[in-house]
Amino acid sequence: MDISYYLYLSAILFTIGAVGVVIRRNAIVMFMCIELMLNAANLAFVTFARINGNLEGQMVAFFTMVVAACEVVVGLAIIVMIYRSRRSASVDDASLLRR
Amino acid sequence: MTVFNTPSLQYGALLPILTVFIGAVIGVLVETFVKPTMRRFVHSLLTPAVLLVALFQVIANRETVTTTAAIGSVVIDGPVIIAQGILLLLSLLALLFVLDVDSFAPEASALPGSEEEKRAIASGKQQTEIFPLMLFSISGMMLFPAASDLITLFVALEVLSLPLYLMAGLSRRRRLFSQESALKYFLLGAYSSAFFIFGAAFLYGYAGAITFPEIRNAVIESAGNDVILLIGIVFVSVGLLFKVGAVPFHAWTPDVYQGAPTPITGFMAAATKVAAFLATLRIFYTVVDGALWQWQPMLSAVAIITMAFGSIVAIAQRDVKRMLAYSSIAHAGFLLAGVVAFNKEGLESSLFYLFAYGVATLGAFGIVTLIRDGQGEVTDLNRWAGLGKKSPAMASLFALFLLAFAGIPLTSGFIGKFSIFSAAYQGGLQSLVIVGVLSSAVAAFFYIRVIVLMFFTDASDPSVSVTLPTRRSLIGVWSAAIVTVALGVLPTSTLRFITDLAIFAR
Repeated sequence: MDISYYLYLSAILFTIGAVGVVIRRNAIVMFMCIELMLNAANLAFVTFARINGNLEGQMVAFFTMVVAACEVVVGLAIIVMIYRSRRSASVDDASLLRR
Repeated sequence: MTVFNTPSLQYGALLPILTVFIGAVIGVLVETFVKPTMRRFVHSLLTPAVLLVALFQVIANRETVTTTAAIGSVVIDGPVIIAQGILLLLSLLALLFVLDVDSFAPEASALPGSEEEKRAIASGKQQTEIFPLMLFSISGMMLFPAASDLITLFVALEVLSLPLYLMAGLSRRRRLFSQESALKYFLLGAYSSAFFIFGAAFLYGYAGAITFPEIRNAVIESAGNDVILLIGIVFVSVGLLFKVGAVPFHAWTPDVYQGAPTPITGFMAAATKVAAFLATLRIFYTVVDGALWQWQPMLSAVAIITMAFGSIVAIAQRDVKRMLAYSSIAHAGFLLAGVVAFNKEGLESSLFYLFAYGVATLGAFGIVTLIRDGQGEVTDLNRWAGLGKKSPAMASLFALFLLAFAGIPLTSGFIGKFSIFSAAYQGGLQSLVIVGVLSSAVAAFFYIRVIVLMFFTDASDPSVSVTLPTRRSLIGVWSAAIVTVALGVLPTSTLRFITDLAIFAR
């Protein structure tokens, strides 16, 4: 099987995530889309590691997972804080700053 | 038998970064083990001490040039040393304001307006996690320009960003604004770092290696598929341009600057720019320099749009913090002109500009923390009318910082703008220089409008006045003013120092 299909899949996943962040309005869903983008990057790293025949790409994928976990910690804390004070996780309700 | 060589980390070169990082970890331990009433006091000694020690280590390291620290993951060279020095100086200055004013929420987890929050305010609590968070962020900022492979660059980017997202949500007053700015900053920041890591994957795919020297060689030899290289450069640039707040990735800047606690806004505006621009300069000057003809037109366009947009939209602002945010977007455009110039002067002038701009920004936001009424900070520009009569000293200092932003001679801003534009001119970018000078003129208009408002309008609101909680803010504002004037009147020694050191080690 041609290995470049994995790259196409990674690009498709990344696009779904990127479009999702723009069109969805729930902060949690937007955040899940961002995680999807990070995982698409991981898939690209691993595929390129296979193409290039070295292990560095797979190593990066582990670091990306760790960073994604840290982002979850910080992100969910912020989203829960917003939800508690507004009873809603929609980013359209959080629009005091918009004029 | 295979011999296992112990990797040489070169702790000496990494020492300033490690010091700040260990200081941050100790700060977390202080949060755990020290009584709540004592925490603030302990942090107020620990944090400046850590920054000062790191600053001395940076000064002691100033001759160090190594590309092999941490087994080639970190490069320490002249620009990095200067950037780390600037970062630590700016952080010390920012710390004066952070320590001084009661800008931070008593308990971040309490609902705004709830009984729990009222109790926390009554008990005189303050969220002291701000200090270790700040140190973590500074250690990430010091690592970001020194990164020499894609992993270190990405991890440093996150280490500097994640604490900033949290700090943006910790304002004491107008909690809902502050929380909202934290959410916006976080979602957009995470979005841009996803682009960044996806771009990094393509750079790796192109070069087959993650270290910068190997990527550079691959780019020069044009070893792989150009489309993959272009995707990599564009997506990595998105992540970097977001951090510096360039158009079209600027949408977060005004909201976050307005919502975040003002001392943190100053810190964020000054220090993040230093770290992000140095990393940008390193990537475009020493990693993808072989693809100059691909990225230079793209970045020039971004620089031109950023300068023009920031200057024009700032005119319509009615809020001081929003106005300063748009001015910071315009300044990001001027700094991008230094990146696009792609010569040694571009690097030197960017370093000088970052220092000059950072000091003036901290001074300006420092004054914003002091202009108050009974409720807290007053950021509505109309209510600043007549401030020059009530408090001539503070109004004059604010006017000085605005003149420095505008680039009026005898302030640091003039030398900074002049050297950036001459670097861009030498780089053959006349159109960029013309747009830059025109947008400076537009920008000067709204800075001077604020000065006129402060000095030549009658006071409309008697409740607004300058409050000085302790001397620290006063020291901060005055030292920022002295540096701003000194860099404008006698820039030679600083410029020479930067010129001697600012050479990227490859």
